[in-house]
Amino acid sequence: MIWFVAALIGMGAVAWGFRLAGQAATGNAPKFRDMPFGVAYGYVLGVFVLAWLAWAYMQGHSDDQAVANKFFFLRIAVEGFIIFAIAAWVFRIFGRTVGTAGSKKLFRSMPLTASFGILTILIYAIFAIFAGLIAPYGQEQIVPGVAANIIPGGDPALGGSPDFPLGTDQIGRDILSRLIYGAQNTVGIAFATTLLAFFLGGTLGFLAATLGGWLDQLLSRAVDVLMAIPSLIFALLLMTIASVWAPQLGIPLTVFMVIIIAVIDSTRVYRLARAVGQNIVVMDYIEAAKLRGEGLGYLVFKEILPNATAPLLAEFGLRFCFVFLTIAALSFLGVGIQPPLADWGTMVRDLGGFVNFAQFAPMAATAPLLAAGAIALLTVAVNFVVDWMLQKSSGLKE
Amino acid sequence: MSEEPLVKMRDVWLEGRSDETWNPIINGVDLTLQKGEVLGLIGESGAGKSTLGLAAMGYTRDGVRISKGTVEFDGIDLLTASAAVKRQLLGKRIAYVAQSAAASFNPAHKLMDQHVEGPVQHGVMSKAESEADGIELYRKLRLPNPEQIGFRYPHQVSGGQLQRCMTAMAMSCRPDLIIFDEPTTALDVTTQIEVLASIREIVEQFNTAAIYITHDLAVVAQMADTIKVLLKGDEVETADTRTMLSAPTQEYTKSLWAVRSFERPLKPAVHTGSVPVVSVQNVDAAYGTVPVLHDVSFDMHEGRTVAVVGESGSGKSTTARCITGLLPPKAGQILVDGEVMPPDYRKRSKDQLRQVQMIYQMADTALNPRMSIGQIIARPVEFYLGLKGAAKRKKVDALLEQIELEPSQYYNRLPSELSGGQKQRIGIARALAAEPKFIICDEVTSALDQLVAEGILRLLARLQDELSLSYMFITHDLATVRAIADEVVVMKDGRVVEQGPKVEMFKPPHHAYTDLLLSSVPEMDPDWLTNLLTERGVDNIGDAAVDKM
Repeated sequence: MIWFVAALIGMGAVAWGFRLAGQAATGNAPKFRDMPFGVAYGYVLGVFVLAWLAWAYMQGHSDDQAVANKFFFLRIAVEGFIIFAIAAWVFRIFGRTVGTAGSKKLFRSMPLTASFGILTILIYAIFAIFAGLIAPYGQEQIVPGVAANIIPGGDPALGGSPDFPLGTDQIGRDILSRLIYGAQNTVGIAFATTLLAFFLGGTLGFLAATLGGWLDQLLSRAVDVLMAIPSLIFALLLMTIASVWAPQLGIPLTVFMVIIIAVIDSTRVYRLARAVGQNIVVMDYIEAAKLRGEGLGYLVFKEILPNATAPLLAEFGLRFCFVFLTIAALSFLGVGIQPPLADWGTMVRDLGGFVNFAQFAPMAATAPLLAAGAIALLTVAVNFVVDWMLQKSSGLKE
Repeated sequence: MSEEPLVKMRDVWLEGRSDETWNPIINGVDLTLQKGEVLGLIGESGAGKSTLGLAAMGYTRDGVRISKGTVEFDGIDLLTASAAVKRQLLGKRIAYVAQSAAASFNPAHKLMDQHVEGPVQHGVMSKAESEADGIELYRKLRLPNPEQIGFRYPHQVSGGQLQRCMTAMAMSCRPDLIIFDEPTTALDVTTQIEVLASIREIVEQFNTAAIYITHDLAVVAQMADTIKVLLKGDEVETADTRTMLSAPTQEYTKSLWAVRSFERPLKPAVHTGSVPVVSVQNVDAAYGTVPVLHDVSFDMHEGRTVAVVGESGSGKSTTARCITGLLPPKAGQILVDGEVMPPDYRKRSKDQLRQVQMIYQMADTALNPRMSIGQIIARPVEFYLGLKGAAKRKKVDALLEQIELEPSQYYNRLPSELSGGQKQRIGIARALAAEPKFIICDEVTSALDQLVAEGILRLLARLQDELSLSYMFITHDLATVRAIADEVVVMKDGRVVEQGPKVEMFKPPHHAYTDLLLSSVPEMDPDWLTNLLTERGVDNIGDAAVDKM
């Protein structure tokens, strides 16, 4: 604690010196002359953090296994960050040179984050669509004679196996194959659910905004009631009920899950669509259309919807991530996607115990983190792309 | 003048950032301001008046930079001065009065608390002294109830009063320079005159120098000693006010002066007994339980323009909403061609809706930003006339030609790619596409520059002659009324105060309110305000006079 405070004070002194030195070196240029102390401190803090990261990364490559293990995940994160950045950069150059004039122009104005997002989503999509061809084993296939819990890494010295580069799970299924099939199951279902949520919430929200009056009151209050219940617990409750009905009605539980999550999430979409719609409905061009005698369909789909795409698109990206996480969470709790179907949430739960080994056997702890990482990566990628789209459509400058 | 000028700007170049390049806003303008002098900066929107005015404080908005030149204030170079030096000047010796006082005051604090902030921060006065001084300033600016008004919140006083409070706030440190950025543009004429009179008086009294930015020539004629005309970032000419008004040397300045000369020839009187195109009969209307219109009646005849004038809140636009059916009247009726209209627009037939069209004040919000010009105009063509394909395209092209825009060039553009005047023309074309008999023009020129506005007025006049349209022209600008109207309806507090042919309306005797309205419109004569004040007395102008009625 004392060291921490001392470091902060020390950095303050360095910041002071940095600003003075800057003033002296540049002949009192306005940039240094009018620089507040907080900004100078920020620069110094940034440099210190970067220096620590570099040091920690070097520690990860230490010959002493005990030290290297401590910084194993940080090392992976830094390396991953650099590899992804390079991949995104190469992908952007590729996009700028190959393709039609329109797509080239699109890539020219694209920030690196967006090209990373698009690349990641493309890779996920390929894995999801061609899962059956890419995966070396079936998602529920237990290979005879293979041990359970083979450690990822494929190094026999550390308990891995070259045949199973990412190891096997607790009953001996190939984790790599299950990850690839998981893309199909989890992402596909999340996408369908989000679309349904937007269809429901968007339509009702615009209707409420356009018509107003008692319909607006009725829908909004109903939505309030639904939103008052904590969503995950509500979903859990409904899923429990549905799991009793599903076998009786002969409908897969997954269909119930899609509907339940879509309805719960559509309340958030409804709120947004209604708020955006209300801002558009008061515009004079809507009044002009109403006075022309236009019907409700024309008003909603031709006049309101095109003007609401930007915020709705941004919400779609976010909502997709939330839906995706909800599905993973429900699966983690055991009521979502049912075994033996591969699902990332279930995989995290099943292998979660290995995280305890992180200190001394980082490779073993990687097993549950692979699925968790897949979830995190997709979430980040989708958000990057949505940010970029939003910026483009709203014409915002940096 | 041998004295060193207060503000000295030499060869100032300003650039703004858009589309990832720096575009010029001001190209090498010089500006000199002596102590106690008032300089009027005029020009159209986009001429760079505000940017130049702010640059005189050594300040630029985000995305704007001073690329070249010097700005000196009382011998201090503002462009190289440190932040600490500038902090000592801004607010204390240089003050700024923004266009919209309502948007510039913090709604969460009382006026007086905001007033004393400057003097106390700068250590000019203690809080108590500054409060006492504030009351004194409020009195000088002739605000009602000066002891109490400072303890109200911004939303509790009227727009004109707020603008004067802002002037008082700018005065609080007794600055050497105040920059007024269109301080009266958002105000009604009767309120404007009051603000003008008090600003002028207080500036004279404290011998403050001022830069007065406006697009209204008549206003600047009252306020400024010197006028500088800007056009697209270039200085057109500078001269003292009287010379500038009587003998402008540049073509552009002359054209600005000439705008107000547009006037239509008089039309013969209406035949008695002819059926009016639109007749408003004894209409009462209310928003919820708040009554807004009381017994409003007037007629509009074929091929004629009825101007409805009045201040904001007088019920002009509400009358239009009653005619279109957006606000069904509580009593009375609307007749089109002698036929009673259903009060609610939802109950009207397609053909009834077609006959009454509307052009809006803000072309920006009246055109769907996601539709192309072609789509916007084609929709009513298709909707009302049932034209499709090539016939529809032909009709849209004809309409675009009618509003003097080249069809092939504009058909596929989006509204955001057009200028304000062009957008307003598209609004006109959309109304014409329905082939109506009657068009409501709701303040169609008030958001436009004078030259552009004149173009719109001429276009409307030409279309009226060609298609024998009737217009209901809602406006608060009496110069526009003089230009285009055949009949005038004066409204106040939801009642028709006076109505009749234009010639009669501009000739005395008037109803007292019409008289006040007419006399409050600034004229190009630099002595106009002085004369008016001597004639009527300071207590018989503006809100004070309205309250007496």
